[in-house]
Amino acid sequence: MKPAPFEYYAPKTVEEALQNLTDLGYSGKVLAGGQSLIPAMNFRMARPSALVDLNTVAELAYIRPTADGGIAIGTMTRDSVVEYDPIVKQRMPIVAETIGYIAHAQIRARGTFGGAIAHADPAAQLPALSLALNAKLLVKRKGGERWVTAEEFIVGPFMTVLEPEDLLVEVVLPPLAPRTAGSYKQVSRQRGGYAQAATISMVGLDDRDRVKDVRCVLFSVGETPILSKYAAKVLVGNEPTEAAIADVAAYVAKNECDPGSDLHGTAEYRRQLVQVLVRRSLTEAVLRAKK
Amino acid sequence: MAERVFHKSILRNEDPQILAGKAQYLDDIEIPGMLYAAFKRSDYAHARLKSIDVSEAKALPGVIGVYTAEDFGDLVKPGPLQVPPPTAIKGATYASRTIMPIVKDKVRYSGEPVAVVIAESRYIAEDACDFIYPEFEPLDAVIDLEKALQPGAPLVHEDLPSNEAAHVIQERGNYPEAAANADIVIKKKIYMDRVAAVALENRGIVVNWDDKAQMMTIWCGTQSPITLRNATATRMGLFENQVRVITPFTGGGFGPKINTSMPDDVLLTELAVRLNRPIKWYEDRRENFLATTSERDQVHYAEIALTKEGKILGFKDVFYHNSGAYDSYMMTVPLNTQTHTVSNYNIPSFYTEIFMVFTNEMVVTPVRGAGRPQGVFVMERMIDAAARELKMDVAEIRRINLIQPDAYPVSTGIIGQDFVEGVLDSGDYPTALAKVMEMIDYKKFREEIQPKARAEGRHLGIGICTFTEGTGVGPYEGAKITVGGNGKVSVATGVATQGQAHYTSFAQIAAEQLGVEVKDVKVITGDTGAFAWGAGTFASRGATVAGTAIHLAAVKVKNKALKLASQILETPESELELVGGFVQVADLPDKKISLGDLASKANPMRGTFPPGAEPGLEAVAYYGPPYGATGAGCMAMILDVDAETMKPKIERLVMVHDCGIPINPMVVEGQVHGGVQMGIGNAFFEKVFYDETGQLLTASFMDYLFPQATDMPPKMELGHTEIPSPLNPLGIKGVGEAGAIPTPAVFTQALEDALFDTGVEIMESNLSPSKVYTYVQKAKGA
Repeated sequence: MKPAPFEYYAPKTVEEALQNLTDLGYSGKVLAGGQSLIPAMNFRMARPSALVDLNTVAELAYIRPTADGGIAIGTMTRDSVVEYDPIVKQRMPIVAETIGYIAHAQIRARGTFGGAIAHADPAAQLPALSLALNAKLLVKRKGGERWVTAEEFIVGPFMTVLEPEDLLVEVVLPPLAPRTAGSYKQVSRQRGGYAQAATISMVGLDDRDRVKDVRCVLFSVGETPILSKYAAKVLVGNEPTEAAIADVAAYVAKNECDPGSDLHGTAEYRRQLVQVLVRRSLTEAVLRAKK
Repeated sequence: MAERVFHKSILRNEDPQILAGKAQYLDDIEIPGMLYAAFKRSDYAHARLKSIDVSEAKALPGVIGVYTAEDFGDLVKPGPLQVPPPTAIKGATYASRTIMPIVKDKVRYSGEPVAVVIAESRYIAEDACDFIYPEFEPLDAVIDLEKALQPGAPLVHEDLPSNEAAHVIQERGNYPEAAANADIVIKKKIYMDRVAAVALENRGIVVNWDDKAQMMTIWCGTQSPITLRNATATRMGLFENQVRVITPFTGGGFGPKINTSMPDDVLLTELAVRLNRPIKWYEDRRENFLATTSERDQVHYAEIALTKEGKILGFKDVFYHNSGAYDSYMMTVPLNTQTHTVSNYNIPSFYTEIFMVFTNEMVVTPVRGAGRPQGVFVMERMIDAAARELKMDVAEIRRINLIQPDAYPVSTGIIGQDFVEGVLDSGDYPTALAKVMEMIDYKKFREEIQPKARAEGRHLGIGICTFTEGTGVGPYEGAKITVGGNGKVSVATGVATQGQAHYTSFAQIAAEQLGVEVKDVKVITGDTGAFAWGAGTFASRGATVAGTAIHLAAVKVKNKALKLASQILETPESELELVGGFVQVADLPDKKISLGDLASKANPMRGTFPPGAEPGLEAVAYYGPPYGATGAGCMAMILDVDAETMKPKIERLVMVHDCGIPINPMVVEGQVHGGVQMGIGNAFFEKVFYDETGQLLTASFMDYLFPQATDMPPKMELGHTEIPSPLNPLGIKGVGEAGAIPTPAVFTQALEDALFDTGVEIMESNLSPSKVYTYVQKAKGA
C-alpha cells in the first residue's frame, strides 16, 4: 500500500497555488487534509500525477465572523478547529454538532472544512451541512473568482462544478434567522464510521411556533446530499405537529432518497432509517427552535 | 519469608519500553543493503494460470528481480502439514492438500501469489507489480459450503474425487434411542461466519543470510519460532543451529501467525541466499485480509432431545466446516468445535459428524477461539430453543444440565485437537452460573427491571451462557533459567510473545521460587538462539505449559543455589531461604550470600570441579501435560435495543471465569477484555464477505468492521472462580480465548430476549442491525 509515483508542489500563497493548478491542468490534484486522498492513493485507486499541497498555504486557514452574524471559514481550516471555535459554537451550534460525527478526533485534526466539501463524498457530513446551512462558496482561479451556492456546487458523487484550475478558497455560512435551530441524526455501524443514513434538519419558527423555514437534508442515501422539497412544501406556514413530521418522514423515506443495498444494510433497512432519523431530527430541531 | 509475587496483580515489566516507543518491532529492523519484497497476487479465486509476462516489471529501475514459479524449481511443491492428521480417531478420513508457496498452474483463492518482486524499495516493488501481466483462464469458484459437496461441483483440487477435505464422526451412547425416548426433539440449522484475526500488526519477515558465517537470521513476528526454524533448516538443507529465528516485539498474533511455510517465508529465505542480500517483507492490511488465514464459517444441522423437565438426553450435530483452499492446519478448528459442543453439560448420548470442505477461499487456520465459539454457539442456541419450547427460564435449564463439581475428572468422549480423549480435569460450573446471576441481579432483572422497561416501551433483554475452554495442550515446552553474576535472573523459553505479558507473568513464576524482584527477571521468548526446543504460542497454552516448565526449572535452580549456599554458609539446606536476591539463614538473616556471588562460585575458572556437577546456577526443565487443562466460565449481558433502528447497546456485561490459579489477575482481566472485544466483533460487527466468484469484498477497514474502543461496553464486570488444575504444580489453566468464546451466543440470546415482542429467532452470528431488521420483519410477517 504505497502510492504510485507523483510530482509534488508546495505553494506558499493562494496566488502560487492557482498558478500551479493552471500549469498542471488535468494532471494536477489539490491535497488538503489528505484524509480521503492519501488512503485512495495508497490503495492506488487514485493516481494523480501531480499534487498541489495546500498545507503550506497559511492564508487559507481562518475562521472569520461576518458582520451580518454569519461565519466565513477558510478552506484549509481543520475540522477540529471549527468544531471547538467558540463563535461557531455560539452562532451555529449545529456546525460543531455535525463535525463531531466526522470519523475520529485524529482525522478531524487533519481533515479540512473546504477539502471535505470539494471532495463531495455523498456519505460525508460537510457537503450536507453546507447544503443545510445554504452556504456560499468562493471559488478562485488565476485572474478570477466566483460565488457558488452549496446547492449548485455539488453535481454528482465526488463531482463538483470545480474545473481543474479552480480552487475553493472560502465557505461562508449565512446568519441564522431568530428562532432557528438544527439537529443532526445518523445511524452508522460504528462510531466514527460512515453513516448508513443521516439527516441534518434546520427549522426556523415564527413567533406563533409555525414553521417559517425548514431545510431538511439527507445524506449517505443517494448520489449527493438531498434537500427535501417535500418538507418545505408541507411544513412551511404550518404547525410542526407530530403527525405532520411523521408524514414528512414517511414521504421522504419513500420518495426523496435512493439508498442502495450494500454489505452492511439493505435498501429497505436504510429507508427505514431515513424515516426514523428525519422524524427524530425534525422533532428535535423544532424543540430547540422553541427554546 | 519472601513476599509472594505469584498470584498477584503487578504492573507489566514490558510496558515502560512499549509505552515509550522504545520497543523494537519488525519494521524497525533495517540492515545495510536491505531489499524489499512485494507479491503480485491473483485477482481470481479459481483460475488456471496460462502464462505470466514479467519482462516490463524486470526492466523498471530499482527492480532487482521478478520471480515466478518457474524460477523456484523444486521449491514449488505443497508445504508440510502444520498439524498431524486425525488418524487417532477411528474411521476418520482426510485428504491433505497443503499450501503452495507460489501459483504454478492453478489459483485456488483470491490473493494467492503468482510472482514476487524484489526491489530497492517497497514503493518500487509495488510499482513493478503493476507491470506484471498474468494470463488467466477463470474457472467457476467453489464458495457455498454445502454446494461444494454436491456432485458436479467444480473441484478445488482436481486430483480428489470431491471437495471433501476430511470426515470425522464421534459419538457416545445411542442418540437415536435417546431421541426416541425424549419428550421433545428440536432441530435447527445454525450458521457462524468467517472473521479475520486483525492483529494490530500485520505479518512480516526479515531474512539475512550471512554467507561467510553460513548463518541465517530470520526476524519474524511468528507465534512459533522453533517450527519456523525447523521448517526453514529442513527445506534448505541446513542444520537447525544454522538458522536463528528471533521474534521482536509483536503487535498481536491471535492465531494466523502460527503458520510457517507460507509463501513469504519459503520464497524469501531462498531469495535472500540467492541474492546474498537481506530482504524485508511487511504485509499490508489488504494482503492480510486477502491472503493470510482466518476462520469460523460452519453450517450446523443440530438436534437436541430432552425430557419435558428440560433434562438433555441426547444431542446430534452434523456440520460443514470451511477449510478454505488448502488444509495445512488439518482439523484443529473443527475438532475444537466438536469438543466444545458437548462439553460442560451432562449429555448421555451424542452423535457429531464433521464434513471438512475445500473452497476457493482463504486458508482456514485457528483464530482466537479456534472452533470453540462455534461449538458453544450451537449448543447454547439449541438450549435456548429448548427453553423457549418448554417455556423454561434460560438460566434454570442450564443449571439443571451442568456437570456437577464432584464429577471430575470427566471423560468427554471426544478426541480433541491434541489427539487424546478429552478429560475435564477440574471445575465448578454451577458456582460460576450462580455467581454471574448474582452479579447481574438476574432475579431482579427478570422480576422488576425488565417488566418495567417493557412497560415503558424499551426493549431490554438478557443473555446468559456457560462455556468451557480447552487450554494448555501438549506436546511440551521447556525453559532455561540462569542466574547471572549480576544477581539477576534470565528465563528463556521457546514460546513467542505477541502481547500476552509473558515478560511479567513468566517472571513472576521464576521470582516466586528464586526470591528476586520480578523486575530483575529478564524473560526471553521466541529466540531460537536462546532456547531451541518447544512448539509455540497457541491454544491458550503459554502460561500453562511454558509457565509450568519455568516453574520446574526455577525449582531446580533454587535447589542448586541452596545446595551450594549450604556448603558455603555451613548451614543445612532446610534452614536456608531465598529472599531479596540472597540465600540466607532463615533465623539469622545477616548470614547470607547473594545469588550473584553464588552464580560466580558455581562456575569456577580455576581449581577443581567435582564429578557430576554442572556449572552455573542454571537449569533446564521441560513439561508436557497428559491432556489439556480445561478452563470454564459463564457470561451474561444486558442489551438495550432501539427497536426502530435495531441498534443494540450493551448495558451490562458480566463474566465469571475459571483459569485455575491466575499468575497475575490483572493480566487475566486484560486477556478477558481482549477476548470479549473479539467476541463482540464476531457477534455483531465482523464478517468476511466473499461474492459467488470468490472475490473478497471486505479487504479494508472501510468494509470490514472491527470493533473499536468506542464500540465497547463502558465496563466489563469480571469475577473469578479459582479451581486449581490438578495437572500441573501451579494449578493453572489457560485464558487466552475465554472472552471470545461465549460472547456471540450470549449476544444473540440477549437480542432475541430484547425483541421478545416480535417473536424473532436468530440462529446465526455475525449480525448487523440490517440483518436483525430483516429477521424481525420476517417474524412479524411483514
